[in-house]
Amino acid sequence: MGWLVGQLHGGQAPSGDDTNSPSSAQYQKVQMQLIEEHLRGLILQSLAGDAAAYRIFLDELMTHLRSYLRRRLSGLPDELEDLVQELLLAVHNKRHTYDPKQPLTAWVQAIARYKLVDLLRRRSRGDVLTDPLDEDDQVFATTANDAAEAQYDVAKLLRGLPDRQRLPILYVKIEGASVTDTAVRTGMSKSAVKVGIHRGLKALADRIRSIG
Amino acid sequence: MKTEDLVSSLSTSVEAVDLRLPSRRWLLALAGGALIAFLLTAGLLKLNPMLWHEISKPMFWVRESYCAVLGALGFVAVVRLARPGSQLGVAPTGIAIAVIAMWVFAAATLAAASPQNRARLILGDTASVCPFLIALVATPVLIALLWVMRSLAPTRLRWAGAASGFTAGSIGALVYTVHCPELAAPFFAIWYLLGMLIPTAIGAWLGPRLLRW
Repeated sequence: MGWLVGQLHGGQAPSGDDTNSPSSAQYQKVQMQLIEEHLRGLILQSLAGDAAAYRIFLDELMTHLRSYLRRRLSGLPDELEDLVQELLLAVHNKRHTYDPKQPLTAWVQAIARYKLVDLLRRRSRGDVLTDPLDEDDQVFATTANDAAEAQYDVAKLLRGLPDRQRLPILYVKIEGASVTDTAVRTGMSKSAVKVGIHRGLKALADRIRSIG
Repeated sequence: MKTEDLVSSLSTSVEAVDLRLPSRRWLLALAGGALIAFLLTAGLLKLNPMLWHEISKPMFWVRESYCAVLGALGFVAVVRLARPGSQLGVAPTGIAIAVIAMWVFAAATLAAASPQNRARLILGDTASVCPFLIALVATPVLIALLWVMRSLAPTRLRWAGAASGFTAGSIGALVYTVHCPELAAPFFAIWYLLGMLIPTAIGAWLGPRLLRW
């Protein structure tokens, strides 16, 4: 498994003891990467005017934001849904400030953090904060415990996918082959490869969420 | 309103978004701000009568490049601070290097000059008004940049305001050179920089007040 994680993160050779299963941190990185690619694809379609993609994007963002805010605002269940809505509106109203060259998750994270700090400042109440805001806490971080994470490494997740999704992801996203080469290797059409990647990543993201 | 309903209403009438919109607004703000700054300088302060003669001097171009480089680096920081989650990159380091380089150049100029000339190299004829006039000329640029910044999404408001002020100050200084008769490095190293720092401070003060969204 180490090679796979290595491939996804700059191609560094894996160290000896994580060849069987990736560490929790590596697992989270892979997971983040999958979420990033999936949501980024959706917002790019949305910005081009695709309402269906935008709906899926907002829907999934809502889920991420809710669990992020639930961790941050545990003392204030009433504020939670208001802030989820305020954040969705902020993302909507400021979507022209997203730069396609930039990670989507970083963009959303900065907006969420800004709005949350703003809320806390508005209320100026110490009890809103259950613990200090720190850089480690992220919208797209998972809440899964380590044991659950260790069981579900990327290979296992990929094994659950049908070949027409698994092979395109394995070749294009993990080995770095081009779409054209992958089409030749799998005997699929280029558009089928792209569709397979897109649907496969979405299925993986859904699966990861159900684990988390 | 339920959040699910909000998602539905936001996504039903979505239109394509022009991602070049922020860049267009920035360029418009820069061009418009600089034009008004120029009209202000030419109308209120008058052009330097020796301008055509001074264009041939190397120090003229040192001064122009100094202001232009600082303005360009400041502008990079401004654009990035307007986007949530962007890294600042090399702009702050670049600004520090340019400022320090000018100080080193100024120190070398002073060291090479005879002691009785040094005060004149530092003060020139206009040191007492230079920083304030630069700040005045920078004002339309600052207003234009903050205006655009408001339409985008800065998340570090004080920094966003300060960077807008510094960029406005540098561009203001560049425009002010059509009036300013000073061509000594120690003069730019001190009074031009002070002139840029006045709008920077104003921007840092205004940022949290004007840029909230």
